[in-house]
Amino acid sequence: MKENFVRSREERTKKLEEIALKIRRHIIREIYEAGSGHPGGSLSATEIITALYFYIMRHNPHNPKWEDRDRFVLSKGHSCPALYAALAESGYFDVKELLTLRKLGSRLQGHPSIKTPGIDICTGSLGQGLSIAVGMALGARIDRKLYRVFVLMGDGELQCGEVWEAAMAAANYRLDNITAIVDRNRLQIDGNTEKIMSLEPLSFKFKAFGWHVTEINGHNFNEIIDAIENGFKIKGKPKVVIAHTVKGKGVSFMEGSVAFHGKPPNDEQFKIAMKELGVENV
Amino acid sequence: MFKEYKYPREAYGKTLRQLGRERKDIVVVDADLSSSTKTKFFADEFPDRFFNMGVAEQNMVGVAAGLATTGKTVFASSFAMFIVGRGYDQIRQSIAYPKLNVKIVATHAGITVGGDGASHQIIEDIALMCALPNMSVFVPADNVETEKIIRSIADYRGPAYVRLGRSKVPTIYDQSYEFQQGKASVLREGDDITIIALGIMVSEALIASEELEKKGISARVINMSTVKPIDREAIIKAAKETGAIITAEEHNTIMGMGSLVASIVAENYPVYVYKCGIPDVFGESGDYRELMEKYGLTSKNIIKAAENIIRKR
Ligand SMILES: Cc1ncc(C[n+]2csc(CCOP(=O)(O)OP(=O)(O)O)c2C)c(N)n1
Repeated sequence: MKENFVRSREERTKKLEEIALKIRRHIIREIYEAGSGHPGGSLSATEIITALYFYIMRHNPHNPKWEDRDRFVLSKGHSCPALYAALAESGYFDVKELLTLRKLGSRLQGHPSIKTPGIDICTGSLGQGLSIAVGMALGARIDRKLYRVFVLMGDGELQCGEVWEAAMAAANYRLDNITAIVDRNRLQIDGNTEKIMSLEPLSFKFKAFGWHVTEINGHNFNEIIDAIENGFKIKGKPKVVIAHTVKGKGVSFMEGSVAFHGKPPNDEQFKIAMKELGVENV
Repeated sequence: MFKEYKYPREAYGKTLRQLGRERKDIVVVDADLSSSTKTKFFADEFPDRFFNMGVAEQNMVGVAAGLATTGKTVFASSFAMFIVGRGYDQIRQSIAYPKLNVKIVATHAGITVGGDGASHQIIEDIALMCALPNMSVFVPADNVETEKIIRSIADYRGPAYVRLGRSKVPTIYDQSYEFQQGKASVLREGDDITIIALGIMVSEALIASEELEKKGISARVINMSTVKPIDREAIIKAAKETGAIITAEEHNTIMGMGSLVASIVAENYPVYVYKCGIPDVFGESGDYRELMEKYGLTSKNIIKAAENIIRKR
């Protein structure tokens, strides 16, 4: 999709911002219609997922199983409303299907599953995605494939021990085809990550585990794209981008809110949220 | 038929808080889900005896074991999927094997979790926990029984697993109910058939027995809230007196309470046993009532099974 808009960084940002806005609207509508789901971590990850699906990743919505496709693992599976929106907007399925989220018989499960075209692995139980990514990256190595593996994790999720087992393995096997992104919104369910189970100094932890680390503003497209693309040039190490974000980004009353980690907007809040996202008549 | 619907997990949180007031040895650990498991009731009042371990269930279980070695009565909570799924090895090696005084109280078990889907819907926890030596396993039918069971397990030293759901359930018992570990509670007498149920299926069993009554079938209803050690006598008695048993549980029919009942019946007094439960498939997202319909967990399924058995007699 890259060719479409590489003329200037400004134009690129403008295009991606338009897509991100659409995705945010989908997220709110999906979760509102479902009556449950996780808006906070979906909205904080919107630019990251948009940059991956609409600029960075090589993938083919008409051939989801294309064997050279870049892989994406949404390790923080509860943020799937954002991923489903990106898949629909990319053309994997009709955007109308987004409204079936969490409904009986839907291909769009409450957490990612292989029922959805474009999704390779079931996630939702936190802490497992980086291990999957290591497996995918090793597979690429065996098959001499050039595809790259991206994995998005939550910061609360980094408290899971398995993440660090996988981090060790990725460095041990010098998996430079892995790019991990951490959605560093500083909130989990019970509160602030630093109060619940402190993660800092986070970048030093990854460095000590043998990773190349970049810290960026996770809502800025140039920073996201530069960090990931510059990472491709670094050989022999896995790369992690710590993306500083705001949970609930884009909807005023969801921003920085623990309450909207896993709660849908009510009727009133839905209208306000959509209005803030530029939709007057919902 | 039922007057009130309440959240058993809320009864858990409140009982825990009350226990905290009564006893200094009560300590609680959770893994970033205290507002859902309701251990928050305890956490807010006793911050010095509450430890939120973050999204790290394995560590939480190990820490609970360590605390128990220092003489504490430890309650460890999370969603059943995560504490049992992720923490299984730690539960086995560090709690069951050394027989430590840790009570694992898991919420959001089964498919009635609803929208979150199969990744969050554990249907195999009874199997896993029952197969662990030293572990006792309880599934309360309502909020009253939850309180009684929590109090009861707090009073003995040793491991226990308590399974709670996410949804509200009808209140079946009143405060006069006396829970006894290892003793099934007969909720309704009957002599044509026996329905042995667990958790949310107890109310479905009661509805079924009422309907069956109208059709001239007298069904005994037993709440088997202690799954381990299971009440063998009640099962054998039911087999002898009613000649057939239907089990009903929100669990895989493979290796759930139904399997335990069937093996006891087979060994002691073989009669027909029909297992009503989840037919060895993963669940999915959906409204919890819709899921119960789709996966065969309603009074209708019990009634149909009973009629089939009686017809064949
Ligand atoms: C193993 C496991 N334990 C617990 C949960 C329940 N849970 C879902 S989201 C969440 C908090 C995650 O926080 P974070 O990773 O920071 O996500 P974000 O803030 O980006 O939404 C928890 C504890 C889970 N899904 N998996």
